[in-house]
Amino acid sequence: MPNNLRSKLADIRAKMAPVINLRNKGGTGNEIHILVCHGTGCTSSKSPALITKFRELVEEYHLENVRVIQTGCFGLCSKGPVVIIRPDDTFYSHVSVDDCREIIENHIIGKQPVSRLLVKDVTGLMVRRLNDLSFYKKQLRIALKNCGVIDPENIDEYIGADGYKALEKCLFELTPTQIIDQIRASGLRGRGGAGFPTGRKWAFTAAAKGDIKYVVCNADEGDPGAFMDRSILEGDPHCVLEAMTIAGYAIGATKGFIYIRAEYPIAVARLKVALKQAREYGLLGEAIFGTDFSFDIEIRLGAGAFVCGEETALLESIEGKRGQPRVKPPFPAQSGLFGKPTLINNVETYANITKIILYGYDWFNAIGTATSKGTKVFALGGNVNNIGLVEVPMGTTLREIVYDIGGGIPGGHQFKAAQTGGPSGGCIPAEHIDTPIDYESLMAIGSMMGSGGLIVMDDTKCMVDIARFYLEFTVAESCGKCTPCRIGTKRMLEILERICAGKANGDDIYKLEKLANVVKHASICGLGQSAPNPVLSTLKYFRDEYNEHVYHHHCATGTCKALTTIQIDPLLCKGCGLCKRNCPVNAIRGETRQAHHIDTSICIQCGACMAACPFHAISR
Amino acid sequence: MVHLTIDHKPVEVPEGTTILAAAKSIGIDIPTLCFLKDINEAGDCRMCLVEVKGQRGFATSCIQKVEEGMDVLTNSIDVIEARRTILDLILSNHHRDCLTCVRNGHCELSDLARKFNVQHIEYEGEMTTHTVDDHSPSLIRDFNKCILCRRCVSTCNRIQGIGAIDCINRGFHSTISTTYDLSLNDVNCTFCGQCITACPTGALREKESIKDVWAALNDPDTICIAQTAPAVRVALGELFGQKIGTNVTGQMVSAIKHLGFDYVFDTNTGADMTIMEEAHEFIERLNNHGVLPMMTSCSPAWIRYAEKNYPELLDHLSSCKSPQMMFGAMIKSYFAQTKGIDPEKIKVVSIMPCVAKKAEILRPEMEVNGLRDVDFVLTTRELGRMIDYANIDFNELPDADFDDPLPLASGAGAIFGTSGGVMEAALRTAADWISGETLQKLDYSAVRGMEKIKEASVTINGQTIKVAVASSLKSAATIMDSIKNGACEYHFVEIMSCPGGCIMGGGQPIKNSKTQSSIDIAKRRSAALYDIDQASTIRKSHENPVVKAMYENFFGQPGSEVAHHYLHTHYHMHPKYNIPEDTQ
Amino acid sequence: MCQACVKAKIESTLQSIFSQYPPTDDYLIMILNDVQEHFGYIPVYAQELIARHLHVSMAHVYGVITFYSRFSLKPKGKYIISVCMGTACFVKGSKTLMDGLCQKLNIKPGQTTPDGLFSIDEVRCVGACGLAPVFMVNDEVYGKADATMVSTTIDAIRAKEKESAHAE
Repeated sequence: MPNNLRSKLADIRAKMAPVINLRNKGGTGNEIHILVCHGTGCTSSKSPALITKFRELVEEYHLENVRVIQTGCFGLCSKGPVVIIRPDDTFYSHVSVDDCREIIENHIIGKQPVSRLLVKDVTGLMVRRLNDLSFYKKQLRIALKNCGVIDPENIDEYIGADGYKALEKCLFELTPTQIIDQIRASGLRGRGGAGFPTGRKWAFTAAAKGDIKYVVCNADEGDPGAFMDRSILEGDPHCVLEAMTIAGYAIGATKGFIYIRAEYPIAVARLKVALKQAREYGLLGEAIFGTDFSFDIEIRLGAGAFVCGEETALLESIEGKRGQPRVKPPFPAQSGLFGKPTLINNVETYANITKIILYGYDWFNAIGTATSKGTKVFALGGNVNNIGLVEVPMGTTLREIVYDIGGGIPGGHQFKAAQTGGPSGGCIPAEHIDTPIDYESLMAIGSMMGSGGLIVMDDTKCMVDIARFYLEFTVAESCGKCTPCRIGTKRMLEILERICAGKANGDDIYKLEKLANVVKHASICGLGQSAPNPVLSTLKYFRDEYNEHVYHHHCATGTCKALTTIQIDPLLCKGCGLCKRNCPVNAIRGETRQAHHIDTSICIQCGACMAACPFHAISR
Repeated sequence: MVHLTIDHKPVEVPEGTTILAAAKSIGIDIPTLCFLKDINEAGDCRMCLVEVKGQRGFATSCIQKVEEGMDVLTNSIDVIEARRTILDLILSNHHRDCLTCVRNGHCELSDLARKFNVQHIEYEGEMTTHTVDDHSPSLIRDFNKCILCRRCVSTCNRIQGIGAIDCINRGFHSTISTTYDLSLNDVNCTFCGQCITACPTGALREKESIKDVWAALNDPDTICIAQTAPAVRVALGELFGQKIGTNVTGQMVSAIKHLGFDYVFDTNTGADMTIMEEAHEFIERLNNHGVLPMMTSCSPAWIRYAEKNYPELLDHLSSCKSPQMMFGAMIKSYFAQTKGIDPEKIKVVSIMPCVAKKAEILRPEMEVNGLRDVDFVLTTRELGRMIDYANIDFNELPDADFDDPLPLASGAGAIFGTSGGVMEAALRTAADWISGETLQKLDYSAVRGMEKIKEASVTINGQTIKVAVASSLKSAATIMDSIKNGACEYHFVEIMSCPGGCIMGGGQPIKNSKTQSSIDIAKRRSAALYDIDQASTIRKSHENPVVKAMYENFFGQPGSEVAHHYLHTHYHMHPKYNIPEDTQ
Repeated sequence: MCQACVKAKIESTLQSIFSQYPPTDDYLIMILNDVQEHFGYIPVYAQELIARHLHVSMAHVYGVITFYSRFSLKPKGKYIISVCMGTACFVKGSKTLMDGLCQKLNIKPGQTTPDGLFSIDEVRCVGACGLAPVFMVNDEVYGKADATMVSTTIDAIRAKEKESAHAE
C-alpha cells in the first residue's frame, strides 16, 4: 500500500495542478475562486460569516464554476476581513456580510469589480490587483508561500502545491547526512530569535549518542504583537509537519512534538486536522512511503507562559513541569526532552526546510545578505498604515518595511522608533532606519531579530514608558528561577516606575544601567539575558527623555500619567456638559452652564473629553 | 583526564568534573548558595558564576563540566561585581532581622554578606511577605527569610520522595510552599525535618520547646528527667567547635545536669527495651505466620509517612513504641514506682536528633494510665542553645555519668542511631533467642554502611531470614511498593526516615553546603556510634542487666500483657491532605 | 448541588479526561488544560484526583497551576473581559482601555466582580493587531476600541443581564 503512495501523490498533484495554478498565476478556465482569509486577524473581524454568506449566494445563483475557499493569512490584516477573487486577483478589504451580494452580483456575475471595497494605496490610487499593492511589491514569500493560496484544511491542495515532495525526495534520493549538508549549505539560521545556524543544530543532534531522539517544533510564540508562526500554522500546517518529518529522518528520530500555545485555538484545530489527514495518507506513522522510516507527531499545549518559548523551558513544559529553563550546557542536542538528544526549531525555520530541499540550497543561499540568508517574516504593527504579516528578503532596510510596505506613519506623525524582537529586543531610532535587517546588523545597534515582531512607534510615544512596558512584561513573565531575572528585573522596573512618576534621581539612571548589565550577563536563559535590551537601547538612543523625566519631571509626549494632567480651562468652558457625557469613567464634575472640572484621581487620561469639547477648553 | 586552567593555574581533573569541583581541587574557592552536592545542583542563585573564555555570558560553575583547554577566571572584576550585585538583590528581598534569627552566626547568606563586605543594600525595593507557618508541632516555615535556593524542595522531592513543598507562583512572587499554602500540618509532610538541615538561612527551623523546658526546670515541684538519644552524643560537640564525629557523651551528660535536670538517662536503654519487644514480636510473626515483612517503628516520620501513604500496609509495622516512648512510659511507671516518686510530678524531656519526635509525643496513643509518656522533645540544636544560654563552657566540662539506677545500655542500643543499627541490634537478640544459644556472632556488617537500601540474609538454626535496611523515605517507598506488588521477600525490614539514620536527623547540627560537600558527615558520626558499641562490655540488648531487672520486676516477659500496655502502640490511616472545606 | 454530587461530577469528568492520555506525569499540563476548559477553573478536588492519577504530589500540581497564567484556581465571571496588552495594542493605547475598564468595574486585572458577572484578564496578543487596540468579551473581539467603547459595552451587557433577570 505505502508503495502506492508515491503514485497516489502524483495523481493528486496532476489533479490539483489547475487549482494551484489558478491560485498562484491566474488560470485560463472559467473557474472562479473566492478566497476568504481565515487567519485569526480576519476571523476576529468575522470572516467566517462571509464564507457562509458567499456559499449561500453561490447556491442561490447556481454558480457552478465558483468555489468559496477559506485560506490562511494574506498578510494585510489591517484591511480585514480580506477577500480575494481568482483568477483576476482582485483584492477586497473590510468586507462585511452585506457586501457579499454585491460582490457576487457585480463582480462574479457582472464582471465589474466593486470599487468601493478596493484598497487605496499609499499613492492615493485605488488598487485592484493584489500584486499591484505596494504592500506586496517588496515581499518575497518563502515561508508564507502557501499562506492565502491553499485551503489549509485540505491536504490535497497542499500536495498539489508540491507538498510532501521534499519528504519524498529526502527518503528516496538523499541520505540523512546529505540532507543536513544541504540545510547547512543553504545558510538557514534559526528564526526564533538567536539565529543559530540550523544545519549545525541538525548535525549536532544527529551526531549525539542516543537510541531515542526527538524533534520538537517551538510554536510557543509569546512575543506580544507577533503572530508569524501562528499564521503559518493556520495557513499552511502541513509544511511544518513535512519539515519535522524530514528532520526526524535526518537526525534519527521517530517522534516529534509541536509545543503550541493553547491561546491559538485556530492553529491548534488546523494542526489537528492536518495530523489526521497526514496519518490517513500514510505520510506520518509507520513505514512512511514503504521505507523503514517511521515518524509521528504529537501536539502539546502550553498554558500561558512566555518563558516557554525558551527552548529548555519548553522542554520542561512538555515534560509536564513548570516552565523553568535549564542551565546550558548541556544543550538540548545533547540532553533535551526526557534527557534525550532533541532538535528544537521554531515554526518559521521549519517552514523554510521543504523549499530548500525542493528548490536547492544554492537558490536559498543566493537570497539575503552575507551572513543572513533567505527571508524573514515580520508581524508589522503599531503606528503604521499597513498592519499585518510581511515576508522580506534579509537585508531589506527598516525604511523599506516601514514606508514602502507599511505605507508610512498615519495621522501626519513622524517615525520615532521601531521595536524588533519584542521584550528581548531593542528600539531602533530614526537615525538607524536605513539599517539592513539581518542578525548581525540588528545586534550591532542593540536590538535583535527576535521571532519577528516589528512595532513602529510615532512621535507621540514616550520611550521611557515603552521601556517600562517591556520590563513590566518581563517581570510578569519571569519564571522566578534565577536571582538576576527574578529580583533584578523587578528592581529595574521599580526604577523605571520611579522615573515615569518623576520620583527618581540621577543616581537611578546609573543604577538602572549597571543592573541591566548584570541581569543581561548573569541570567540563566534568554528571557533574562535579553530583558534589559529595551532599557539599554532606549538609554542609548533616547537618554534625553530619561533625563527630562528625572531632572525636569516632564514627559514631553504626555504619556506618563503622573507627570501629566488633563485640565479644563474655566475661562473657556461654557458648561455644555459634553465632556461629562463622553467621559467613560465619570471623572468630570460641574453644573450645566458652569465651568466643569476633572477629578484627577478618577481620570484615566483617555482624551475622550478633549475630543468632545467644542470650545477647545480641555488640554493636557 | 581533562586539562584546563583556572585563574591561570593549570589543573587536571577527570572528565565529568564540574568547574566548581576542579577549582576546589587546586584550592580555589568559588562562592555558592543554592548548591548542595548530589541534592540540589540547579545553578539558580548565580553566585557561583565564573568567566569562561570564549563563552557568551557567565558560566555556572556548579553545573558546567570542564572541557579540554578551558580557560576559566573565577575572580575577574566582572565576575566579582556580578556576584556582589546578585547578593545585593537576594538581600534586598530578605527580611534582614539577622540579630534575632535562629541562624544568627551560622547562616550561609550572612557569611556571604560578610565576605562581600555588604554595608548597605543598593537595590532596595518591594519585598515579598509571607505568613509564618507555625502550626505544625515540629517545623516552622518563615518564608520571609527564604532566598529560593530550593535546597529544601530538592531534599523533600528527590531525597525523601515526599513533595510536601514545591515552588509555587511565578517570577518575583515565586515562593516555596505547600499546596494552597496550607500548613505543613495539613499536607503530606512527614516532619522528617531534612529540609531544615538543607536550608542555608533561617527560613526553616524546628519548633522550639526550650521555654517550656526552662519553665519545668524552674518549677520546684517538678522532677525533670532527661533522656538522650544515641545520635545526639556524636553530634552535639559540633555545636561547640568539635570535630564531626566526636563522642561527647560525658560532657553532654555533665551539661544537662548543669542545666538543672534531676536525672539524666540514656535512651539507649530504651533502645534495648525496644529490641526485647521487637525481637520477640518478630519471632512470633515468623513462627505463627504473622504478617511479614515486619517493619521497624522507631522513626516517627516513617510512621507518619506510612499512615499517610500506605494505610493498607500498616499491619506490617511493628507495634513497638519507639525507644524514647518506651523509655518515657517506663520512667513514669517502673522507675517512679521504684523510687517512690509521684509520676504526676515527673516531666520527661527527650533530647533527640529529630524534629518528628516532637510530633510523636503528641500522638493520642502515647499515654499510659492518663500520663503522657514524654512531655517535651528538644533537638540536639536546642540543647546546644540551652547550654549557650546557661553560659556553660561546654568544652571545659568534665565528663559525667548517666544517673543511677538506670545507667546501663548495651552497645546494641548505641547503634540505634545509625542506619542498619536497629536491624543489627535486633539480629543479635533474635539469633540468640531463635537458636536458644548465646552466639558469638555480633557484627552484621552487611547491614552497615550508608547505602540507601541494604540487603542481607542471615541463617539461624538452618532457617534463612532475609532482611533489608532502608534509609530515606524514598527508599522506604521502594520497599512498600514491592510489598504492594507482592514482590517483597524480606522477613524483616528496618526503616529510618533520614538518609544515614538518626545521626543525620532533622534536629542535628546544621552543616553548611561546603562541609556537606567535602566531608562524609554520616560516615563520621556513624563511626563514632560503632566505636561506642565496640567498647561496650554488653553488646546485646537482652543481656543488659538493667533491662532484665525491669522485666523481672515489672513487665514480666517480652510481649506480655503488661509490656503491651506500656510499650506498644497502634497505627491508623491518616489523610494525606487536609484541605479545608472553604478551599473546596 | 450537594458536596457529594459536585465531587461525583468532577470524578466523572476527570475520568473521561484521563482516558485520553497515558497516565504519565508529562501529561499534567494537557490534563489541566482540559480541566480548565471544562470547569473554567481547576477545582481542588480535581487537583487531588490528578495528583493521585499521575503519582505526583499536590504541591507539584499546585506549583504547575500557579505557574501558568491560563490556569485559574477560582471560577471566573460570566463575562471575561480580556484586554490585549500586546505591544501593538499597547502603542495604540490599550493601557487606557485597561484603566477605564478597571475604573468602570472597580476591580483589578485577574479579579472578578462581586456579582460574579465580570472578570478582567490581561492577555498577550490575541492576534488581531490589525484592529489594535482590542479587547474581548469572552470569545468576541472588539477592535479599534477606546475607553468609551469599553464603557458602553459593559453598560449593554449589564442592561441585557438586568432584562433577562427581570424576564425570569
